Amino acid sequence: MDKEQEKDYFESLISLEYNFTAGSATTRFLEAIAKGNIVGQKCPKCGAVYVPPRGSCPRDGVPTLEEIQLPDYGCIESFTVVHIPIPGNPIEPPFVSAMIRLDGANISFLHLIQEIALEDIRIGMRVKAVWKPETEWTTSLENIKWFKPTGEVDINPESLKFISS
Amino acid sequence: MKRIGIVGYSQNKIKRDAGSANEVELIMPVVHKVLETTNLTQSHIDFTCSGSCDYLQGAAFAFVEGLNAIQTYPPIKESHVEMDAAWALYESYLRILSGEAEIALVYGFGKSSPGNLDQIMSLQLDPYYVAPLSPDRVNLAGLQANSMIKAGILTREEMYLAISAASRNGLNNPNAIKIDNPSWDEYLMGEIVSSPLTKFDCSPVSDGASAMIIATEDACEKFNLSPVWIDKIGHQVDSANLGFRDLTQVKPVSDLLEKFKIDLSSIDVIESHTQFSHEVVLLSKIFNCSIEEINPSGGPLVGNVMMAAGLDAIGHTFEKLQNHSAKTGLAHAASGPCLQQNLLAYLRCDS
Repeated sequence: MDKEQEKDYFESLISLEYNFTAGSATTRFLEAIAKGNIVGQKCPKCGAVYVPPRGSCPRDGVPTLEEIQLPDYGCIESFTVVHIPIPGNPIEPPFVSAMIRLDGANISFLHLIQEIALEDIRIGMRVKAVWKPETEWTTSLENIKWFKPTGEVDINPESLKFISS
Repeated sequence: MKRIGIVGYSQNKIKRDAGSANEVELIMPVVHKVLETTNLTQSHIDFTCSGSCDYLQGAAFAFVEGLNAIQTYPPIKESHVEMDAAWALYESYLRILSGEAEIALVYGFGKSSPGNLDQIMSLQLDPYYVAPLSPDRVNLAGLQANSMIKAGILTREEMYLAISAASRNGLNNPNAIKIDNPSWDEYLMGEIVSSPLTKFDCSPVSDGASAMIIATEDACEKFNLSPVWIDKIGHQVDSANLGFRDLTQVKPVSDLLEKFKIDLSSIDVIESHTQFSHEVVLLSKIFNCSIEEINPSGGPLVGNVMMAAGLDAIGHTFEKLQNHSAKTGLAHAASGPCLQQNLLAYLRCDS
């Protein structure tokens, strides 16, 4: 109480509310993931496949209208072991955040790696999605609980360049 | 001094709510269009500059996402202003003058429909003394209109005239929002938003994007571009403290006009970034033209894309000169509350 009286300032919190729109490309991606499908989009110019798609190829500045069905497996492009708890994050550290490059995609997205000892995780390791039960699916990439190793032979990280041409 | 001209301009059809389209999807068509009309590609562009406000999207560094709309490989030189794209044009102009670039692409975008625009704009105010009180942008505009009425330089009749003129002129502007043209009685009965401003006096919340290309004289010759010259351009800012300002004047605009030394009576077209009816009246007086003459496009009262509407005033002036319906034009862009910061561009055709 004494401390309260010592205050010579006041806090003036400002909050703003928004109706967020994902954009038409990402909306289609989210609608597909709600049905257990992963949909990317292909650039008509450089052929790169983006997932999740944003509706444009930032390399060429053109709309990516062609939709590509992608598998729920690929490899680890990069990863980090998180030891420090992140406020508001329900996952107990240590855990692994990894950039997952799905087969057929030219970019990766962030997801979790589980069902493996931390020290065994490698760049190039083949992984596959572990889905939540279908009844829990929503319009979110969190329909995938995490990725787990498939046990297949690793991919050469050199082959993970954004684009070969 | 190096001559720099506007060679292309493109604007989306302004919408009150662009729905599910995101900012990238709004920007891409205007950038493609302006490149197409000038027969240029991104590889000809030496410098790219955008104007936008992250608070409209509600995400830090949201402007970076906007770059997904343009070709960025091979890597490009680019910059951004957290204000109207008229100032992105100004930065590009300086970069060209300094010899850093020959051709520059400028774009501005704003999707205001997802948030509460009035609240968002109050966050641009002084964060210690004014912003915590949350006066919204219409409250502040109302203050200005009130001080003008008290000073005897504004009447409701003049405000009404500005609305009817905007509504009429907007009909000839394919990208404008169609607004109500109330009768005098309807106007007087109009719902007061912030005295004396009614909903008719305020520009509509708008979503959209615009793009422009400017180039040096040499580049215009090389690429066969037909420029409208930016003869003079400058900007000036008034105090951020509203209490220090005389709200019945727009000193930065008067000062700039004095510096420009242009004969106002010789100007064929004037477009101003006036977001409220009383601002139209105020600037038409400063520019020495009638309320009906200013803003032949309809101005922001028929479409006010945040962070693009100032560039649009310049763009609409350019279009009039490009199609030879005018020889000289003056465009005005504003930023901050109650016309705090102002930019003027005097455009001219080769005669």
